[in-house]
Amino acid sequence: MANYGDLTPVNIITGFLGSGKTTLLQRLLRSPDLSEVAVLVNEFGEVGLDHHLLQNVAESTLLLENGCLCCAVRGDLQKALRDLLSRRTRKEIPHFRRVVIETSGLADPAPIAYTLLSEAILRHHFRLSGIITTVDAVNGATQLDRFVESVKQASMADRLVVTKTDLADEPSLAALRKRLRSLNISAQILESSEIGGDVHRLLTDDIYDAAGKFREAGHWVAEEVGEHASHTHTADVQSFAAVFDRPLDWTAFGVWASMLLHRHGADVLRLKGLLNVAGVPTPVLINGVQHIVHPPSHLEEWPDADRRSRLIFIVRGLQRARIERSLAVFNDLVNASATSGRDQRSGPTSVSPLRESA
Amino acid sequence: MCALCGVLGGKGHWSDSASAPAVFAGRTEPQTRLRERQGRTRLLNTVLKHHGVVVKDWSGSSYLLTGLTGRTAIVDNIGDLWGAAERLTGRTIDPLDEQYLATLANHQD
Repeated sequence: MANYGDLTPVNIITGFLGSGKTTLLQRLLRSPDLSEVAVLVNEFGEVGLDHHLLQNVAESTLLLENGCLCCAVRGDLQKALRDLLSRRTRKEIPHFRRVVIETSGLADPAPIAYTLLSEAILRHHFRLSGIITTVDAVNGATQLDRFVESVKQASMADRLVVTKTDLADEPSLAALRKRLRSLNISAQILESSEIGGDVHRLLTDDIYDAAGKFREAGHWVAEEVGEHASHTHTADVQSFAAVFDRPLDWTAFGVWASMLLHRHGADVLRLKGLLNVAGVPTPVLINGVQHIVHPPSHLEEWPDADRRSRLIFIVRGLQRARIERSLAVFNDLVNASATSGRDQRSGPTSVSPLRESA
Repeated sequence: MCALCGVLGGKGHWSDSASAPAVFAGRTEPQTRLRERQGRTRLLNTVLKHHGVVVKDWSGSSYLLTGLTGRTAIVDNIGDLWGAAERLTGRTIDPLDEQYLATLANHQD
């Protein structure tokens, strides 16, 4: 399999009905920094898009045997991406190096991520890049209150773009930003008026992009990444960063995380982390969307002098304390077997109980 | 595919170091794929012991699970393992279950 970072990146632009997804996409497509991109849209809206590689996809979802909605394969997307790939290979269409998918206003981004990572052919050619969610400055707060789809779109985002800011007053804008931060502590919150069509900040920076991964990981360890909790009428979403003082054992982390995501993946909206893995000198980056975790990436050096592992969780209805205790117990298991077993030489450093972030 | 037994190569999992060799290239101590699988199998047996499931590494490509009744299942990776273990035992496996965590915390080799 090719290096994961060499696969064609796929960005998802999502956001509630009328929140300005297509306007943002228009700005991006006009940018001279964005070239060789294919665009898939779920529906043709009122705002016209003029792009030579534009394709419309009807929304259809194939529910898998386990009945989990986030692990559903988007059959339409699967077909559209395979078709793009095939036509690119046969040189029937201009070459593209990135795909941008604009979803419908009520779409759930999780099945798109699942389709990319699980489909037999697509996973060897495409990878998920950032999820960009647009939020209407005027109606966003009401939509977050009333529609669970809106909460999920905001919680899963890597970038939150607040649109129509010229129509909102400063106090309500500040309240919306605070609300979004409580739902998603790791996403950058940007205003469409200031960001314009900045391709790098919106699309290309991610943890697999050689030029942008350092900037991206920097946002995960920013000072503002503290504890936030949001309890709304529509969703009980909590967002927090857990900090570990000592290196983590990679095997224990993998076993623990896969067990957690098997049982509770539908409620782990995002899992991101900058980890100090025992025996690995550089920081390891992990990135998960519900049941799906991408292959890890790494930085060539630490972003600052802090060598602690930082794990960001955005969860729905799960108890923070229990998640932290669970991971600590699993790490202690490896630690105990390493010190009592035959292979003390390579045993990981013991992991202290989790500390809450400042 | 294994030429001897006809086993198809296992589907990779993100937690295999081999899925991202560049990430783990700088390890301070050598780690082979086999050694990683041995360590993982040991840990899997510890966490599944209380569910009555025994795990063996099968040909270095899959995991063989055996329940208390002798029923077996073969899975490609640990992503598929938990569902198979639950089907063998008829019980859910929940890392956030307080009682389960207490049992694991008191685990003795």
